[in-house]
Amino acid sequence: MCVKWTTVVPCCVFCLIQGGSDDERKHCKLLEAIKHCAPMTPSALIKTKKQLKNLQHNQSTLETPLTRKETERIQREVAFEKTSKEVSRWQSVVLQNQKAEQLVFPLNQEPSGPKRIEQVVAGWKAQTPLEQEIFSLLRMNKQPLHDPVLTPTEEASLRAMSLEEAKIRRAELQKARVLQSYYEAKAKRERKIKSKKYHRVQKKVMRKEYLKQFDEMVKTDPAAALEELKKMELSRMKERMSLKHQNSGKWAKSKAIMAKYDDGARKAMQKQLEVNKDLTLKLVIPADEDEEDEEESAETLPDFVNDAEHILDQVNPWMRGKLSTDPMVQEESNRLDPPVVRPRELGTPGEGRDDQEEDEEQMEETEEEALLRGFEERRKLQISDDNEEAVEISDDEEAVEISDDEAGLSKFTSLFHGLVNNHMEPPADQPKAGPGVGQGESPALLEEGLVRVRTLEDVELLSQDVSASDPAPLTTTQTPGTEETDTQSATQQADKKRKRKKMIDPNEVLTKEAKVIKMPLAPTAVEDVEGKEEQRVIIKEAFAGDDVISDFLKDKRKQEEAGRPKVIDLTLPGWGEWGGLGLQPSRSKRKRFRVKVAPPPPRQDQKLPNIIISEKRDSSIAAHQVCQLPFPFENPTQFERTIRSPVGRTWNTQNTVQKITAPKVVTQLGAIIEPIAREYLIKDNRQAVTGPSINLESDQGPQKKRRSQQKKKHKRKKN
Amino acid sequence: MKVKVLSRNPDDYVRETKLDIQRVPRNYDPSLHPFEVPREYTRALNATKLERVFAKPFLASLDGHRDGVNCMAKHPKSLSTMLSGSCDGELKVWNLTKRECVRTLQAHEGFVRGMVVRFCGTSFFTVGDDKTIKQWKMETPGYGEEEEPLNTILGKSVFTSIDHHQKEGVFVTCGQQVDIWDEQRSSPIRSFSWGVDSFSCVRFNPVETELLASCASDRSIVLYDMREATPLKKVIMNMRSNTLCWNPMEAYNFTCSNEDYNLYTYDMRYLDKPFTVHMDHVSAVLDVDYSPTGKEFVSASFDKTIRIFPKDSGHSREVYHTKRMQHVISIKWSSDNKYILSASDEMNIRLWKANAAEKLGLVRQTVLFLSFTSSVRTSSNLQVPGIKSNVMKERWISEQCRMLTINR
Repeated sequence: MCVKWTTVVPCCVFCLIQGGSDDERKHCKLLEAIKHCAPMTPSALIKTKKQLKNLQHNQSTLETPLTRKETERIQREVAFEKTSKEVSRWQSVVLQNQKAEQLVFPLNQEPSGPKRIEQVVAGWKAQTPLEQEIFSLLRMNKQPLHDPVLTPTEEASLRAMSLEEAKIRRAELQKARVLQSYYEAKAKRERKIKSKKYHRVQKKVMRKEYLKQFDEMVKTDPAAALEELKKMELSRMKERMSLKHQNSGKWAKSKAIMAKYDDGARKAMQKQLEVNKDLTLKLVIPADEDEEDEEESAETLPDFVNDAEHILDQVNPWMRGKLSTDPMVQEESNRLDPPVVRPRELGTPGEGRDDQEEDEEQMEETEEEALLRGFEERRKLQISDDNEEAVEISDDEEAVEISDDEAGLSKFTSLFHGLVNNHMEPPADQPKAGPGVGQGESPALLEEGLVRVRTLEDVELLSQDVSASDPAPLTTTQTPGTEETDTQSATQQADKKRKRKKMIDPNEVLTKEAKVIKMPLAPTAVEDVEGKEEQRVIIKEAFAGDDVISDFLKDKRKQEEAGRPKVIDLTLPGWGEWGGLGLQPSRSKRKRFRVKVAPPPPRQDQKLPNIIISEKRDSSIAAHQVCQLPFPFENPTQFERTIRSPVGRTWNTQNTVQKITAPKVVTQLGAIIEPIAREYLIKDNRQAVTGPSINLESDQGPQKKRRSQQKKKHKRKKN
Repeated sequence: MKVKVLSRNPDDYVRETKLDIQRVPRNYDPSLHPFEVPREYTRALNATKLERVFAKPFLASLDGHRDGVNCMAKHPKSLSTMLSGSCDGELKVWNLTKRECVRTLQAHEGFVRGMVVRFCGTSFFTVGDDKTIKQWKMETPGYGEEEEPLNTILGKSVFTSIDHHQKEGVFVTCGQQVDIWDEQRSSPIRSFSWGVDSFSCVRFNPVETELLASCASDRSIVLYDMREATPLKKVIMNMRSNTLCWNPMEAYNFTCSNEDYNLYTYDMRYLDKPFTVHMDHVSAVLDVDYSPTGKEFVSASFDKTIRIFPKDSGHSREVYHTKRMQHVISIKWSSDNKYILSASDEMNIRLWKANAAEKLGLVRQTVLFLSFTSSVRTSSNLQVPGIKSNVMKERWISEQCRMLTINR
């Protein structure tokens, strides 16, 4: 009894605590354990107790539900997101309507004009016996019932091809037919020509063409080429079997008689034999198809030996690679881009040498190419042709090259020097202006004279050059020792550069930013050559032609110049005195008629070196200007263009005026305008998929384009 | 072979009728027509001036009410029919073409607070100060029949506004809470409340027909979705909004008329700030209605004027006022986009043109029109007599704001 009680209770408790399959399993285990030890052992009891305790420990409380306020907030957020997403579907429609040139309300107007019969008589039925009879007849013959124009077959054909397509197709067919007739007529005419020579030439041309095709085929379609080869083999067989070209014919016999006396006849006979030999020569199909194919073709068709040779040259990779670019062109291009190459050479002497070497190498290559070209030409003249020979020659070439190299180099250097001198000529003037600049280190002085302005601009130009070429000038001045070890030319260049450097100085002094910018450049010069090279290239690319500070100064000076009033000269030559060629009006007169304008009030940015304050704003004009870009326009130029174009009849045609001045919104008196319906959204989406989006940025006036698009849409609707 | 043939559009050289002037080809070379910009400017200016000269917006005044007109309703199917409810509970149906009242009925005791015509146009609903919602037939009762509502629902509190769903038999009222009603039931199918407060206006979205917006007296605008259990979002403004109106062409935009003299246009997806503030009124704005094209809206103000605003402009393009028109309480834009109806304190309903200078057929009546000719400089230079200056307005607003902050 006692035992029974103990067994029942834990089970019940167990079930209460947890549910689920896992628990059931445990439950079964427990039951089994109990069954096995019917007289309850204390150990089993302890075990169950332990299990119970464990279970009780494992139980964790559920989280308390959120407060009503919080749940509502979450619900609200979710709902709002959902609806706002739903509403956002209208965005495209709204935008489209905003941008539309003209909106016609009510929106869902039915197209005017006659309706289709099927729409009108939707509910109509044939009632009288006559009508019924007619309709049954129509139905039997598969004639259209509602739409009186088109039968099913006609409709199908319409569906298959649009009118435009059909037109195009017809035009094509017409053209083809005409071409065919032309071709036929031509062939007929040619067939009637009796001249043997003509036909021979024709045949030759044909063969040539065929060969060319074959070459192409080898490259593009090897399988087809093989087929062709087989055909050739067949023709060879036929040739072997026939008596053609065997000098056994009537003609050959007559020639044989003549051969004793006539050189021409003899030659003709020999030629005939040669042809036979060529035609019957067995084709060898080697493993290396690519190159030999051409040779084979040359063998099979010996008429074109010369051409074959040409082909061989083409195939030769040695020739192929280099001759692609004309050396003359290359040189020209070299000559064309000296500002890129040359200044770099002027830069650091060490690097400059590297660069020079590179350039020399380039030149060498061009030299080689020139030589090769020469050889090729020579070889074309030669009758003998052999691959090995060619290789030998190319070997020779290199031997020759070395001697040629120097000559080429000297030529190159002289040319280069000439260019450099040309380039350096403006700096040669510099020493005259130099002192002036040296004195005018303060910006105030610099602003005065015309001459000085010019020199400063020059200086700026120079500085641009230098900054574009190399960041190294600082380093060169820092380490003059290294320079001396270099060649004379290098030192000369360095000297020139130093001169330049002096001229840059005032510019750098002008503003503080200049220093700030130049600072990071110094350490790059210390880095190892290759890294520096790379970096230099990168920096050069990034700041190609960028000299912000001098640009700014230039800009400011320009604006100041523009703002300064100019002296007005009102002298009329010949008025009140003698005038004529070479006669100047008298000085007093000139003085009298020269009107000096009072200087304007000082500029606002006079004492602010880093700022340009524009004084162009005119308050009287500003009243007519817009402060905000109107809606559909995306940039000011677009807007200005539209504003600038006149609207009136005086400047535009009637149609244009009507188009421009058309009202934005058209409504009908007495027509109720319903709020936009959901169907419109669906329609719009379908259009968005098929039609292009509105593009404002096209070169064409924005209005026109939109209008045309609208028209398209309108058409689509009608369809 | 292609033969090229000269082809011209006859429209370019053929007259439409014999009476037309012969078309003369002109030389459009701009060098022959100098001073392009000044000439065009003068022309534009002249056009504007002429527009002002011809601006005769006032068409008619409908009188007959014996108290201030509190609300109006458009008929969705008939342009010539219009309903108005006055402060003494009287309701009038007007024929606009004849400019006469066709029917009068005592709808409520106390104010008629709101009214709306069912989307089919066969009946209309009114709410009043007597805590009832009444549905009426549109047809005039026959001879001997009594004016009786189809349905009457007695609510627990006063209803302040009513609006009907665009397509279904569902309408919404507001008072102490926003209730959604089925036409067949006498109790609301859903009620929304968010904090305890009273609402002044509720409107269905005409495009996304399940959406609602309401103005509450705690200075907030609340959005709802009929299908959801809770309101969607709330935006609290500086001052109370009186009414709001959804844009009928742009599903997510609405404009509310505010006590701080301004109107605010919101995008319902981004409620944190209005995307346009429309200023020009010099007193509280009481009502607003969109033109059916969704390009403009008209507002009625306590400053005795009506203003028409382009929907994306900060200032009005037109202001209508007459000497006798008092505080304008209700405003409607006719659904063919040609007319504006205003109901004001002094018991009159006025009919205006939406485009002041537009010619709308023959109008033979002694029309009391405004002369704008004195100020023809530009169209924006409209003179409005006898209203507070902007300085005063600013002062008043700042005062109000200060009071609000103190009270809070």
